[in-house]
Amino acid sequence: MTAPLSLASRHPAPDPRPELIRIEGLNKHYGAFHVLHDIDLSVREGERIVLCGPSGSGKSTLIRCINRLEIAQQGSIRVAGTDLASTGREAAKVRSEIGMVFQHFNLFPHMSVLDNCLLAPMSVRGLSRRDAEERARSYLSKVGIESQANKYPSQLSGGQQQRVAIARALCMKPRIMLFDEPTSALDPEMVAEVLDVLVQLAGTGMTMLCVTHEMGFARQVAERVLFLEGGQIIEDSSPEVFFGQPRTARAQAFLKQILH
Amino acid sequence: MSLEQLLAYVLDPDLLDRYGARFVDGLLVTAKLVAISFTLGALLGMLLALARMSPSCVLRRLAAGYVYFFRGSPLLAQLFLLYYGLGSLKGFWQEMGLWWFFREAWYCALLAFTLNTAAYQAEIFRASLMAVAPGQYEAAKALNLKRSTTFFKVVLPQSLLVAIGPLGNELIMMIKASAIASLVTIYDLMGVTKLAFSRSFDFQIYLWAAVLYLLIVEAVRRTLKHLEARLGRHLN
Repeated sequence: MTAPLSLASRHPAPDPRPELIRIEGLNKHYGAFHVLHDIDLSVREGERIVLCGPSGSGKSTLIRCINRLEIAQQGSIRVAGTDLASTGREAAKVRSEIGMVFQHFNLFPHMSVLDNCLLAPMSVRGLSRRDAEERARSYLSKVGIESQANKYPSQLSGGQQQRVAIARALCMKPRIMLFDEPTSALDPEMVAEVLDVLVQLAGTGMTMLCVTHEMGFARQVAERVLFLEGGQIIEDSSPEVFFGQPRTARAQAFLKQILH
Repeated sequence: MSLEQLLAYVLDPDLLDRYGARFVDGLLVTAKLVAISFTLGALLGMLLALARMSPSCVLRRLAAGYVYFFRGSPLLAQLFLLYYGLGSLKGFWQEMGLWWFFREAWYCALLAFTLNTAAYQAEIFRASLMAVAPGQYEAAKALNLKRSTTFFKVVLPQSLLVAIGPLGNELIMMIKASAIASLVTIYDLMGVTKLAFSRSFDFQIYLWAAVLYLLIVEAVRRTLKHLEARLGRHLN
């Protein structure tokens, strides 16, 4: 067990940012497999969190629960005070403010890069084509893809496709961005261009939860590192503490393996 | 053999003069029959495919039973069941106000062909919907797209590209199977062929029919090729 003293030293002053996500008692089973085990988590607005852990530890499932791609059997997830599971306009609005980027990009292959970015803002947000296009082009230029706007995803490299996927999610002006191993499917030389975009996004104050094994990125960008194992968050600390003196033996072994 | 003699064997000007116009009519009837029943069959087939994939067990079983029956029995039997079987219940249909429908061979043939092709198309659509990567549904959900937007803008265009090959096969089979309509007094291409042959006893009539069917199929093949290129333009 951690001493209260070390808790206090991790958070010397109370964080003034309001709480944005509150997860309580989350339990998720796939049949007999208990994927998430009594997860409690509080995320403040603008916080940048990296989730890591061995495969099967439940980190992807956890963030997929946050945008309701997976439904947990027990527990609640509140975003800005609204229970995501509830019906009604408020919950629908909150759900539409959570963006997600996938390991395999999941761009719509039959649409141009620009159309990928226009579809949701026009059909969900009701933006006019002009407004949506202006917004799309501005995000595409932020991720450095504007010149490829009329190409199809298959004509782009993996790194470019992932940057389009990030722009597509940002076009919905989300309050929260979830990343599920955004660089794991990329060739090594393309990882950096995607991480650069993430670092840049982190600088804008976006609330980010990112599942990744890029420990250099975690060290540079994250405010908190969550280490999951067997469906539980077994470490929740600043990157300095997590990489410097991980408390659990499991995290020590994990870091040893991953950092060589 | 001179050219004129050869021509008399395959395209006798005298026969052409007598039956040419009828053949054009027959060709149009065949085209209309197939076009209408294939289109209605596509709509019904898509609904059946969605029913077969629905969470409701009752819907799934009903749709599966439908496909089982209409794929498992001969089209000819289905047409006879409708035209001669249901058509014999004259009093009942008159009461229902549907006698105008079951009285006409044309409507019965349209209905039989629609119901039959719907079963095959349902299986084509089901397979092609299942071929769309799960990540596409997830991306659509993550963007909060409505279910209808997800279906029409994301899933359908991708699945049609997969479906178009087998759908083309089904259309071509339908064009040829539509000759069955001639057995219930319809003067489609095969109907006029049989009529012309029964009067002239000249085998070249069947050659004409074969060539005309071939021409329709060729037109269909070319159209499908263009359609496939358009739907798959992102792949080039």
